[in-house]
Amino acid sequence: MDRDPEGRRAFLKGAVAGGAAAVTTALPATAAAQAAAQTTGSKTAATVPASIGYVFLTPDEGAFIEAVVDHMVPADTLTPKGTDLGLHTYIDRALASGWGKGERLYRQGPWRQGTANQGYQLPLSPSELYRAAIPSANAACMKAYGKTFDKVTPEQREAFLVGMQQGKVTLENGPPVRTFFSMLYDNVMEGMFADPIHGGNRDKAGWKLVNFPGVIATNQQNIDKFRDRKMPTNPLGIADIS
Amino acid sequence: MTARKLKEVDAVIIGLGWTGGILAKELSEAGLKVVALERGRMTTTESDFQLQHVRDELRFVQRQEMMQDASRDTVTMRNTPKQDALPVRRLGSFLPGEAVGGSGLHWSGGTWRWSDNEFKVRSLYEQRYGAKFISSEMSDLRDWGITYADLERYYDKFEYMAAVSGKAGNLKGKVQPGGNPFEGPRAREYPLPPLKSVLSSQLFAEAATKAGYHPFPRPAANASRAYTNPDGATYGGCQYCGFCQRFGCEANAKASPHITVVPAALKSQNFELRTNAWVTQIIKDASAKRVTGVLYTNLLTGEELEQPASMVMLCTFTMNNTHMMLLSGIGQPYDPTAQTGVIGRNYCYETRTGANLFFEGRSFNRFISAGGTNTVIDDFNANWNFDRAPHGFVGGYIVSAGHNTNLPIGNRPVPGGTPAWGTAWKEALAKWSDSSMGITSSGGSMPNRYNYLDLDPTYKNVFNQPLLRMTFDFKENEHRMNAHAAQVVNELAKSLNATRMGSANGKPQSWTVVPYLSTHNGGGTPMGTDPKTSAVNPFLQSWDAHNLFVMGANVFPHNGAYQPTGLVGALAYRTADIIKSRYLKNPGPLVSA
Repeated sequence: MDRDPEGRRAFLKGAVAGGAAAVTTALPATAAAQAAAQTTGSKTAATVPASIGYVFLTPDEGAFIEAVVDHMVPADTLTPKGTDLGLHTYIDRALASGWGKGERLYRQGPWRQGTANQGYQLPLSPSELYRAAIPSANAACMKAYGKTFDKVTPEQREAFLVGMQQGKVTLENGPPVRTFFSMLYDNVMEGMFADPIHGGNRDKAGWKLVNFPGVIATNQQNIDKFRDRKMPTNPLGIADIS
Repeated sequence: MTARKLKEVDAVIIGLGWTGGILAKELSEAGLKVVALERGRMTTTESDFQLQHVRDELRFVQRQEMMQDASRDTVTMRNTPKQDALPVRRLGSFLPGEAVGGSGLHWSGGTWRWSDNEFKVRSLYEQRYGAKFISSEMSDLRDWGITYADLERYYDKFEYMAAVSGKAGNLKGKVQPGGNPFEGPRAREYPLPPLKSVLSSQLFAEAATKAGYHPFPRPAANASRAYTNPDGATYGGCQYCGFCQRFGCEANAKASPHITVVPAALKSQNFELRTNAWVTQIIKDASAKRVTGVLYTNLLTGEELEQPASMVMLCTFTMNNTHMMLLSGIGQPYDPTAQTGVIGRNYCYETRTGANLFFEGRSFNRFISAGGTNTVIDDFNANWNFDRAPHGFVGGYIVSAGHNTNLPIGNRPVPGGTPAWGTAWKEALAKWSDSSMGITSSGGSMPNRYNYLDLDPTYKNVFNQPLLRMTFDFKENEHRMNAHAAQVVNELAKSLNATRMGSANGKPQSWTVVPYLSTHNGGGTPMGTDPKTSAVNPFLQSWDAHNLFVMGANVFPHNGAYQPTGLVGALAYRTADIIKSRYLKNPGPLVSA
């Protein structure tokens, strides 16, 4: 587990040690994102720092999640990258919420694996599942590519995520890989398309991508006016009209 | 037992959704002292369904805020009696509601009149195809003991109460243009004209007409304009906001118990509502073939209470009604080996398949919709001229198109072969997601002796009572129906010449608890005319306790293609009527066994 002693972890430890440092780390990240956007022509969300801190994720978990969301949602002409949309923040907040702690989940044993048709059967809440799975995933990535997931190349990230999706990666001493991947994938999508009050979908970029109008109150006229032609939308979220 | 015993009332209602609400209003207005016990909390549009907070897909769809809390009470499931059942740890395939209003808060409003084909299913099929047409595993397929004519005025009553928007297809025996020509005769039109249609429902209507079928707008309890119902409840007109199924309606345009029958009942001095009241048992007096009341726990204090009552009305969600009968020891539990017993028998579900179509460059504005912006064909369901002989199945299915609730977290259509993430995925979403529509079939599910409900031997709920165990899978009849439905769906879909198409799957399917399929569960306490094979008589009165009435789709001996609520509501009104007109004068069995 001891890896990259001079890299991100050490840097983050330093950042956490001094509150002021934590603030300053956010600024260059945003500036760098802006610079990248200017040179590549890709979209970015410039108004909010890339990370507003975690309430659940550890630094290692945060690095893993950031790498996942930036790979699944890369910066391009359609949207800024996942961390610029706050997808990592969304996942962090979701795992810290009642849902993440197992609210509405029947948690009594005995525990059996069951058939696929019987659905989720692990004794873990979502936050426990993430906590158990990420170190195992990083260990599997290390075994395959010599580095943790946040440090490997985009091609290796792609191959590793596909491997998890298809169940070809094994999480040693961890939970079933497809169960973890399917929850992770669903959470990325939630972050991308849920109302921005939940922490992701910054600037409603996910909604703009699919032309979703958000919390619009009435379509009584729109239903006729825009039949068979695109309704122009400038989506509004809950916070916009609160 | 240390339960504190309360003063006896005339009727206690367990669960305050559609059926509980209807009985609460009808019985309290008739002068009975009525208490309703609801394990969820109070619901009002003003406090619970306000803009902008009601428009939160994550909260109400993915996080299931209005649904039964599975951490307290769920079911266990398995596909066959040989497997070990495991708990449904997170709700998925079906979503019972939990609050005043029940599942009537989050439904989309589909309201149908089930036809005589359903109620006379065994005799009709035997007459036309011979007794051998019905397999021995389906021996519990039966006539219900009711007719369409018995129900017409109760269907009507429910439709006028619930602001159903639609177009009659048959008025007093005369087929009407624009409606469903296969429906039973109506005494009068729907209270409101149909909802507006959307592009996808129009395209489907054109394709269906060209194929020789008979499309019509789906009847739905979404008021197509402002409306005041006969009880004085006021509805706003539907705004096509797109947040219908799984959501409360801030416009009061979607019919729901919390804006209709419940406030009407609350106007009566005779009615008392107790929320956060979890009934654990109906108390029976076996020697007298009656029940004496219920035991419940106040969830705010933990105190256990006994509420004695002259009548008990069991009005919770489908499976929970069967569960309560089993927990209370009323009626003999069903045994699939011996095929004896009645409680848990005839459990049925729903059969579905569908095709996805993508039209390059076309905009459907799929986020604009109501619960009833669909077009439907009934040519393979209530149409008795459709010959099932070559296809070998009992029952039928409807086919429909038209966007309903299509929100962006849960609904992100892209053509097959699209990567699941990355720039290519985003490009496909941007290009295709609003250029897509679906065509779907919803079919019935027939009783099979190995599909049933009983008490789980291992897992318990929060009151340490056994969970309900569900043993269910789709069987040969469903496989055949699904194969036929897929063929019809795919032919219609192909005729629309879409740019890309994902075909409907007609292969045999196995039931899984993930993802969502339908909350149209049926059976478990089936009605019938023979106490050996049915739990309740055709007035929904328990054969084992004459002062216990059991409401809900759990009384259906099989599940049809239509959504259940129109029939569930009509049956509740009919029971209220028979109690007022006959039972109260002479309490006892309404049908002799």
